[in-house]
Amino acid sequence: MNIANQLKIALKALANNKLRCFLTMLGIIIGVASVITMLAIGQGSKDSIRDQISEMGSNMIMIHPGNMQRGGVRQNSDAMQTLKVGDYEALGNLPGVAAISPSVNSSGQLVNGNNNYPSTIYGVTPDYLDIRKLKVKDGALFTEQDIKQAAKVCILGKTVVDNLFPNGEDPVGRVVRFGKIPMTVIGVLESKGTNSMGMDQDDVVLAPYTTVMKRILAIDYIQGIFASAVDEAHTEETIDAMTATLRERHKIKDDADDDFEIRSQQELSEMMNSTSDMMTVLLACIAGISLLVGGIGIMNIMYVSVTERTREIGLRMSIGARGVDILTQFLIEAVIISVSGGIIGVIVGVVATWLVNIIAHWPVHIQIYSMALSFVVCTITGVFFGWYPARKAASLDPIEAIRYE
Amino acid sequence: MSDKNTTITASPGPDAGKGKVIISIRDMRRNFTVGDETVKALRGVSFDIREGEFVTIMGKSGSGKSTLLNILGCLDTPTSGDYDLDGDSVAHMSKNRRAVTRNRKIGFVFQNYNLLPKTTSLENVELPLLYNPSVSASERREKARKALVAVGLENRINHRSNQMSGGQQQRVAIARALVNDPVIILADEATGNLDTRTSFSILTLFQELHSRGRTIIFVTHNPELAAYSSRNIVLRDGKIVSDTVNEHPLSAKEAYDNLPKDND
Repeated sequence: MNIANQLKIALKALANNKLRCFLTMLGIIIGVASVITMLAIGQGSKDSIRDQISEMGSNMIMIHPGNMQRGGVRQNSDAMQTLKVGDYEALGNLPGVAAISPSVNSSGQLVNGNNNYPSTIYGVTPDYLDIRKLKVKDGALFTEQDIKQAAKVCILGKTVVDNLFPNGEDPVGRVVRFGKIPMTVIGVLESKGTNSMGMDQDDVVLAPYTTVMKRILAIDYIQGIFASAVDEAHTEETIDAMTATLRERHKIKDDADDDFEIRSQQELSEMMNSTSDMMTVLLACIAGISLLVGGIGIMNIMYVSVTERTREIGLRMSIGARGVDILTQFLIEAVIISVSGGIIGVIVGVVATWLVNIIAHWPVHIQIYSMALSFVVCTITGVFFGWYPARKAASLDPIEAIRYE
Repeated sequence: MSDKNTTITASPGPDAGKGKVIISIRDMRRNFTVGDETVKALRGVSFDIREGEFVTIMGKSGSGKSTLLNILGCLDTPTSGDYDLDGDSVAHMSKNRRAVTRNRKIGFVFQNYNLLPKTTSLENVELPLLYNPSVSASERREKARKALVAVGLENRINHRSNQMSGGQQQRVAIARALVNDPVIILADEATGNLDTRTSFSILTLFQELHSRGRTIIFVTHNPELAAYSSRNIVLRDGKIVSDTVNEHPLSAKEAYDNLPKDND
């Protein structure tokens, strides 16, 4: 007997019992829909964490002086003066480094006429904007020339602009004072809003690092180096290369500790991912259980259906259905119920995910693999839980079955 | 068993010499084990049935007629003895081979019709052909339609089984038995659930099919029906007690016409 006929027979049998068929499907529908929704929510929160981290620059590598002891006393990293401009220049020549900028900063009061605002001025190179994913909206960046001359120019973040120029004047070309030093505003940064930690990323002033070092802080060392690797995959080896270079330059003996500290965003993102991974596993477990319950529902109904349809089975056998034909019919019925339940479940899941996004504003991301997975699991559920009832149907004695009341 | 006369030489049917032998049963026995006891349902039965016969098998309950019917219908196998159906030895066939034999060579008509619920006549009649992969969908439809026409249901082809009377349902069941062009039609108390009038109309249909050359075995406990068949085998306690040829079967159509019309 061919499969087309088997399908026809099974579909007909299901069509005769639409309501029961639907109720049986309901378990599978809820199971699949919850798998898809929960995985979408899990993945969505993971994605949003990743986005927030990459907002800060996902390949970012931060180097700070650190772990220095003087006579057994650990020093505050600000007090350490181990990083030099020469270090920055040396690291810039490493192959895995896409962008690199020294960092020196100073807090102080910015003044424009009657308005003043406390902010932090960061001494950097133009690379810094690439590393931190910042963009100049109006005006221009400072140039190599500005850096060489320690020019008194600066770029303002949006928060600073709002406070210094409350009436909406164009700040570009105006002169503001940082402490006592007058600086010309040459550009305004595009707004980035607050980051995931709630810090205002627009509350910054950027200036050439030479300006901050020489004119504001009067120091000959740098406080840190920001760099970015060419891509995330190369972050690790770039860090290793940087460590080696810095140890060599600082003449650190093989058994001595580093006098600097290199950190990347990877650690942070790994930590946050592991938290959200755990949540995803938990959600998937709950969803998996509901799928299992749906499967047991199928088994239950199929089992009852075999008893109820004993006479029909007897008739089919007496007109020439073999045991394997009956087995196939019941298996196909179970698989049709579970697979079409799966299809409806996917649709319900997608709609539910969309609703969660619209109503609760949770970040969601539907994964194609979760749909494929649900399908496979549904089919397996159908075969697995349909097998026992189908086996029972196939092993009926036609003589008994045909006279069953 | 001391039985010289268990093997009764098969009587020649009314069409003896014309039709070939399609059923040949020799010394068939069937025992059932119920608990510690062995129940001998058939105690050595032998007969031949030729093509074109209309045989009634009669007997009270417990006479072994159901057991005989099950074996004739390839639903069961004898404990001993031979059963040849249309040249195949059924006695030692596997379960699956018997299923295929039922599908190709036998048409069943049951007392309670056994139609699929909520299913049209056409689909019910098509059912045996669905289990025969060599029949195409269009062939299946065509054969089912022809079978329904043959039982006089050309106007009920797309009616569902629950929209029809008992007599009509039994006609659908007969069409289903005819659709695979079987060598033998086995009717099990086929008129048992019907009123007298409908019974006679169904019997008329069987006689028509017989006159068109169908071989029919009609199992019943109703002795009246024997008069309408061409041969009558009576079973008692698992043995054949009589096997007689009826040279002049009554016409069921006449009996039907003579029944009082239901006027009140």
